[in-house]
Amino acid sequence: MPHISLREVVKTFPARRRGERAVTAVDGVSLEVERGQIYGIVGYSGAGKSTLVRLINGLEPVTSGSVLIDDVDVTTLSARALRELRLGIGMIFQRFNLLRSRTVASNVAYPLEVAGVPRAERAAKVERLLAFVGLADHAGAYPEQLSGGQQQRVGIARALAGDPSILLADEATSALDPETTDEVLDLLARVNAELGVTIVVITHEMEVVTRLAHRVAVMEGGRVVEEGPTYDVFTAPRTETAKRFVRTVVRALPEGDELAALRAKHDGRFFTISFTDAAASEASVFGALARNGVDFNLVHGGVDDIQGRVYGLLTIAVRGEEAAIEAAIAEAGPGVSIAEAVA
Amino acid sequence: MNEIRENLPDLLEQTAIMLQIVGLGMLFGGLAGLVVGTALYVTRRGGILAQPVVWWVLNALVNLVRPIPFIILIAALQPLARVVVGKGIGNEAATFAIAIAATFGIARIIEQNLVSVDPGMIEAARAMGAGPWRIIRTVILPEALGPVILGITFAVIAVVDMSAVAGLVGGEGLGNWAITYGYRQYNEIVTWMALVVIIIIVQLVQALGNMLARKVMRH
Repeated sequence: MPHISLREVVKTFPARRRGERAVTAVDGVSLEVERGQIYGIVGYSGAGKSTLVRLINGLEPVTSGSVLIDDVDVTTLSARALRELRLGIGMIFQRFNLLRSRTVASNVAYPLEVAGVPRAERAAKVERLLAFVGLADHAGAYPEQLSGGQQQRVGIARALAGDPSILLADEATSALDPETTDEVLDLLARVNAELGVTIVVITHEMEVVTRLAHRVAVMEGGRVVEEGPTYDVFTAPRTETAKRFVRTVVRALPEGDELAALRAKHDGRFFTISFTDAAASEASVFGALARNGVDFNLVHGGVDDIQGRVYGLLTIAVRGEEAAIEAAIAEAGPGVSIAEAVA
Repeated sequence: MNEIRENLPDLLEQTAIMLQIVGLGMLFGGLAGLVVGTALYVTRRGGILAQPVVWWVLNALVNLVRPIPFIILIAALQPLARVVVGKGIGNEAATFAIAIAATFGIARIIEQNLVSVDPGMIEAARAMGAGPWRIIRTVILPEALGPVILGITFAVIAVVDMSAVAGLVGGEGLGNWAITYGYRQYNEIVTWMALVVIIIIVQLVQALGNMLARKVMRH
């Protein structure tokens, strides 16, 4: 049984005033998130991903379709039952949304107050949570005294206070610089690995997905246009949207003008090599070329790390006998594909 | 100097009466204004207790009462004062009119300050399972407290201003004293004594308000 299951979910916002049109932010989305999984939802702004995540904890009611959490349809819950459900679903936000009128410790205690946890128990729990996120020294500070990364760690501690089985992260690192982004991503990975929390990550930053998400859905115009294990989507994107996203982290093959410019600089035939398995490497390709006496130049590309697995996409310019080149391609081994670059 | 000394007991008495009128007017008007202002904010479209009809009625009521010049309102409210506080004249009737005027003025000030609360914080509280009443108590009001204190300070000074026309319905206070014994009897010393005390009170109220707001907002 999936932990979270969306079935044909639609969310339409009615027109705010006469003359405006209703906006369908989520348009028939179905997806399943397994327990303990980190699930990435990517898309450009306006793709509907932030609305989608708010349907999971009922912050926005669905227009149609169902949202199942542990097989309970949250769209049928009463307001009271929905509030109880939310105690078990943590959420973190792009701009942290910490209460400025409260200290760090008091912010983390807030969901415990809502849940009616006695004061003494709250204090002990807040202390443990702040230690977990590495901010035990800052319990008495106010949010504005902390850096963005620290504030998001407080947000994570607060989201974990109710011992949630699900954590929803809405653009949690989009307001942070690269260094503090790493700090927060590491913490989210720990939350998943050590506490077994299922995490749904909404982001437009591909590094977040390649580092964290086990599985990814690409959204566009309120629909999921591509979905699958992160490694598969990133190494073999099928849709234009997915390809554009993938290009932001993975060096894509040169096309058009870029390819023409490379051809002007380098002699020989152009081949592209991709290897999607950890067993293969560029070394096996280069070794095979060298053994067959083929002279080559690496002209474009690189090797990336996606979910700890290697993905390489290289373009080489080759000078040599056709037979030798073919022999080298045959020798390169499994997990490697080589094709002549056209156009 | 002698004249000042002679009028000093009256000055103190009238100051005490004014403080009482202002204090009670602010107490009732402030509480009612807090309720009406918060209600305006939470019932508006997109609010956490969105109730378009309730909002429309409250909004219309506030817009109806607020533009009435206080000197007319205090007279117009006399029949209602008879029902509520038992008489249509005197300090009680003046206090009643001030409380009504303050309610609607403060309601707008509160509403305006609550609008500035970051909706993200309200969403975060909702995501943590908090209900509307808890959100009002623990998020909306505390987050807006600094500006609300400054707004209330502004209202206190407006109410001091209103208290000056208490005499119209037979009320007392510094304003009435200055008009009756200063202005009407060409006794400028009385007028200026009242003026100085009012200035001092206003300065103290503003300083206190600024201090509290700074403390709440931590800068």
